[in-house]
Amino acid sequence: MAQHFVHPPNWTWYIVSYFFLAGLAGGSYVLATILRLWGSQRDEAVIRLGYLIPLPLCVLCAIFLTIDLGRPLAFWHMLINTTPGNGGLNFKYWSPMSVGVWALSIFGLFSLLAFFEGLGRLRPMPSAVTIVGSFFGLFLAGYTGVLLSVSNQPLWSDTYALGGLFLASGLSGSAALLAWLGHYVNGDPSTEARLGAADGYFAILELLFILAFFVTVAMAGTIGRTLSGIWVVLWILVLASLIPAIRGAFARTTISGGGTAALAQTAIVMPIIVLIGVFLMRIVVVFSAQF
Amino acid sequence: MADQVGFFTDTSVCIGCKACEVACKEWNGLAGDPPEFRDSFDNTGQLDAENWRHVKFIDLVPDAPTVVGNGQAWLLMSDICKHCEHASCMEVCPTNAIIKTEFDTVFIQPDVCNGCRNCISACPYAAIGFSKDTGVVHKCTFCYDRLQNDLTPACAKACPTQSIQFGKLDDLRTRADARVAALQAQGYSQAQLYGRDDKIYGGLHAFFLLMAKPEVYNLPNEQNAGLPRRNNRGGYLGALFAAAIGVIAGAVALRRGAQDSPNDRGAGEAEKK
Repeated sequence: MAQHFVHPPNWTWYIVSYFFLAGLAGGSYVLATILRLWGSQRDEAVIRLGYLIPLPLCVLCAIFLTIDLGRPLAFWHMLINTTPGNGGLNFKYWSPMSVGVWALSIFGLFSLLAFFEGLGRLRPMPSAVTIVGSFFGLFLAGYTGVLLSVSNQPLWSDTYALGGLFLASGLSGSAALLAWLGHYVNGDPSTEARLGAADGYFAILELLFILAFFVTVAMAGTIGRTLSGIWVVLWILVLASLIPAIRGAFARTTISGGGTAALAQTAIVMPIIVLIGVFLMRIVVVFSAQF
Repeated sequence: MADQVGFFTDTSVCIGCKACEVACKEWNGLAGDPPEFRDSFDNTGQLDAENWRHVKFIDLVPDAPTVVGNGQAWLLMSDICKHCEHASCMEVCPTNAIIKTEFDTVFIQPDVCNGCRNCISACPYAAIGFSKDTGVVHKCTFCYDRLQNDLTPACAKACPTQSIQFGKLDDLRTRADARVAALQAQGYSQAQLYGRDDKIYGGLHAFFLLMAKPEVYNLPNEQNAGLPRRNNRGGYLGALFAAAIGVIAGAVALRRGAQDSPNDRGAGEAEKK
């Protein structure tokens, strides 16, 4: 049985919110790129949306990360070494927090380009740019889970599953977000339907990683920590939030010749349920290890 | 580089007087936490930003009457940052605020730290605490200022029983070997050294003679003394797997024509052409 005698770092709402928004920012960019590469002209409204979303979310991410610090004005110490006599940049590939700060900064630049494209101020970005940007988007969505694992905290350090879990969940939440907001920017019904199907696949992936998480922490003997009290209720809600998305993956939505939307439920209610589940999952993982 | 120095804490002679705690607070100007009554003689509770030394009172008084206490009814231990050779806190610190000094001790530079608290999540000994007053983390400095002036750290100077011994690491190890051998010869079969060799975080600069298993003192045993970076590979591989499956699944679901009726699919293909 794993032994843990550590203090919790007291990472709470700002960090949970950052993890949530980082997943959506990275995921939206990636899905917009997939639609650009393999979708059709009719997906353009949602592609623009997918490229507009990451920048404001990255700004919010940076704000949440900064105000969570004990000395917010020293946030730049993450990037520049201020140890007397040392100078230069701070980069430790073995510390996910160090790598993550750089990844957020670089992805922020890709998001800026994407934002201007989304506004119509730039010509469509070359595929090479969007593919590299997507790499950083995927990293941003997933490294947050690895950051938790690279510690000595109970639960977090007892599993390898958190990186994959946060990434799958980020993609799922992004698909839901694009499907939801796409409804308001005259997104094509077929795009929304395909986003629903993608969300279902991502939800299945998330479910597999949740199972992997449970198995690994059970083997470490710390599962009781996350399956006690209020946390059980939250896990049940998280699992319940996956059901509509997974059902969507297997239910083929028929779009009429005129392109009418499938169901209002698919367009609005399901994405909100998914997004709530994505947020709750981060709450239960982050809080149950610490309190 | 100066000589490697260390603390050898012999818990078998600790009497729980807390002179080390007081001396530490006096020298380092620590106010301490508000007093709190606990179910023990321990009213400090833990190591944190205001307590860099903490005398643990481990109550092993048996419920049933016994005739032989053997000196182990209470275990006492003056706890402190272990100044690990391979320090978890230093490994994860993104600002490089945590450094090794010329004495090979682990030191947090308060003006470089920005209060991210990643080190707290990593320290397996709960030796680091966050101060809301300063906005940064604090822990034992090994009395770095005293070391620089050839002075013994305050806690070791004040210890009346020589439970806390300060000196060159090699000398302390020799002393510790002799002491544990003497105790075992006297019948204390559980007496053992913790962190004396490199099996625990490459060796601890503050190592201990314990009278029971490490976990009794809330210290991770050898099998559980892992550095945070051990999870990098598995964590990133999991994320890579999710990314690969996610992109493939996304491409399958979002490709033009998926979910379309045959008429729409034809229209979509025509658009692309």
